[in-house]
Amino acid sequence: MALLEVRDLSVEIATSRGTGFAVRGLNFALERGQTLGIVGESGCGKSMTALALMRLVPENARIGGAILFDGEDLAQADEARLCQIRGNRIAMIFQEPMTSLNPVHTIGRQIAEPLMMHRGLDAASARAEAIRLLDRVGIPEARRRVDSWPHQLSGGQRQRAMIAMALSCGPDILLADEPTTALDVTIQRQILTLIGDLVRDSGMSLILISHDLGVIAETVDSTVVMYGGMAVESGPTARVFAGLAHPYTQGLFAARPQLGQGAGKRLATIAGVVPDLVDLPAGCAFAGRCRLAVQACRVAPPAPQDLGLGHSAACLRLDAAREPAA
Amino acid sequence: MTTSGGWLARALRSGNFLIGAALSGTLALTALVSLFWTPKSATAISIPHRLTQPSGEFPLGTDHFGRDVLSMLMVGAQNSILVGVVAVGIGATLGIALGALASARRGWVEEVVMRLTDFSFAFPAILSAIMLTAILGPGTVNSIIAIGIFNIPLFARVTRGSANAIWAREFILAARAAGKGAFRITLEHVLPNIASVLIVQATIQFALAILAEAGLSYLGLGTQPPQPSWGRMLNEAQTMMFLAPRLAVFPGIAIALAVLGLNLLGDGLRDLFDPKLARKR
Ligand SMILES: Nc1ncnc2c1ncn2[C@@H]1O[C@H](COP(=O)(O)OP(=O)(O)OP(=O)(O)O)[C@@H](O)[C@H]1O
Ligand SMILES: [Mg+2]
Repeated sequence: MALLEVRDLSVEIATSRGTGFAVRGLNFALERGQTLGIVGESGCGKSMTALALMRLVPENARIGGAILFDGEDLAQADEARLCQIRGNRIAMIFQEPMTSLNPVHTIGRQIAEPLMMHRGLDAASARAEAIRLLDRVGIPEARRRVDSWPHQLSGGQRQRAMIAMALSCGPDILLADEPTTALDVTIQRQILTLIGDLVRDSGMSLILISHDLGVIAETVDSTVVMYGGMAVESGPTARVFAGLAHPYTQGLFAARPQLGQGAGKRLATIAGVVPDLVDLPAGCAFAGRCRLAVQACRVAPPAPQDLGLGHSAACLRLDAAREPAA
Repeated sequence: MTTSGGWLARALRSGNFLIGAALSGTLALTALVSLFWTPKSATAISIPHRLTQPSGEFPLGTDHFGRDVLSMLMVGAQNSILVGVVAVGIGATLGIALGALASARRGWVEEVVMRLTDFSFAFPAILSAIMLTAILGPGTVNSIIAIGIFNIPLFARVTRGSANAIWAREFILAARAAGKGAFRITLEHVLPNIASVLIVQATIQFALAILAEAGLSYLGLGTQPPQPSWGRMLNEAQTMMFLAPRLAVFPGIAIALAVLGLNLLGDGLRDLFDPKLARKR
């Protein structure tokens, strides 16, 4: 049995303009020690998916489907049970290290708290463990830094502190929602390397969310490409990137900035914008921006087509997509 | 990056804060001194000395019972502070608890708490306090209770408003992701982050409580004789308005200075807690 199995997950949000689905019909499984990436444009429902896994969606959102964690359906769990799991067996790090730490507590205290809460450590041993963790995530002079306030740390250091906090209880799954987006490029690489090392050393599973295809390609075993709240393509990372079956994945790939690209050469873009969740089209969410869309695409959301070896794509025009663009 | 050193430097440059702190400090000090020492007894009646003009012996003169006005004012300060501290204490404890609960629970709990505060705002606080003391009977304790009760909705409002803003912050989401329940988050994350707002609010409410107590005592519903109180001194001075107007002027000035001082202190603290605001001024 997979460590985490998500079945037909949906997140329905009530907005002032009506209700809509930020996530719909999402299925994936994650084995112990495996790494999974979720990639897609801004607004495609990546964060909402991560929050749904921890049952932390906003008040105006409703979760549907099943989230089977170690055989237990988190979608049905009560708040007390969720508090035992959050931060203990599933931990999360966020995009904004500048605002994710409480400004009125020292980082040492914030790292020690989950240990005292979930593991029953006393203050002294929790502090010792916090120092060890800070050292492990590469913060120099951990013994002194443990008493620093969040505003005394740089963005990269804060993200390291956040990682230390998330790792403190040795979770089974680490959820990282764009952990490097707010950091500059050199720091990004260091943080990703750190996360990769920690995941390998501890044998935990990782769900890495990013809009950066390069990051995903280098870091994770399998990939889910999301668009309009749905998985448009998924499978082992190597196969997804070798195949680029879905027209949206192709578009994303063509639009990524590349090093050494001739100066003055314009980046390819995907024409159009992500549809708003309240007026998602009845058919394929990408149809409005897809160069290959036909009438059938606009009727109903296409079912995923099996491409072998766990690779699948939800598109009716996979054959046409395989031919190079005219 | 501002440090605690910067905070002190800004405090020393803030006129509001300095004047407010000086006046409030004087009020507190006066009350403290009067616990051990007053120039004369504040309650001893001495008919031969009635209505004497200010002199070396009686710096602010005497009233129609021959009591020393300065001593009465000093002991009256105790009364004002007692009422302020206890009434604001009651209002803050219950109001902050209700506001924090509303903010943590949201939904119908928040709805009920807020409708209750709306309800109490429909009645002018001082009128309601008069009504309550009229029912409970006059006296210091009852006026403290009445003023305290009408502080509850004010604190509940302010707490809920600022707590809601904190609940929307990212570090709260991070705390929830760490497995903390609503109660822990309120205690460890929400309240420490709104403490400054609440301190400012408490200072201002303190001033209003002193004013309310003076009002109730003036109407004979607050502190009872022989315990001196600024409000009752005003009341008793009424009959002597033309004979000895100073009897009304001195307690009036005492009330005005205390209220002004606490309000300035509140404003000064607000500016100090909010560096952005301080720089703009
Ligand atoms: N509180 C909310 N109320 C209403 N709609 C929301 C709310 N939060 C998110 N949404 C909508 O849900 C959709 C998915 O948002 P989500 O944050 O999951 O996107 P994302 O893929 O994480 O994007 P990004 O890369 O910008 O982080 C978006 O259309 C967004 O507008
Ligand atoms: Mg996001």
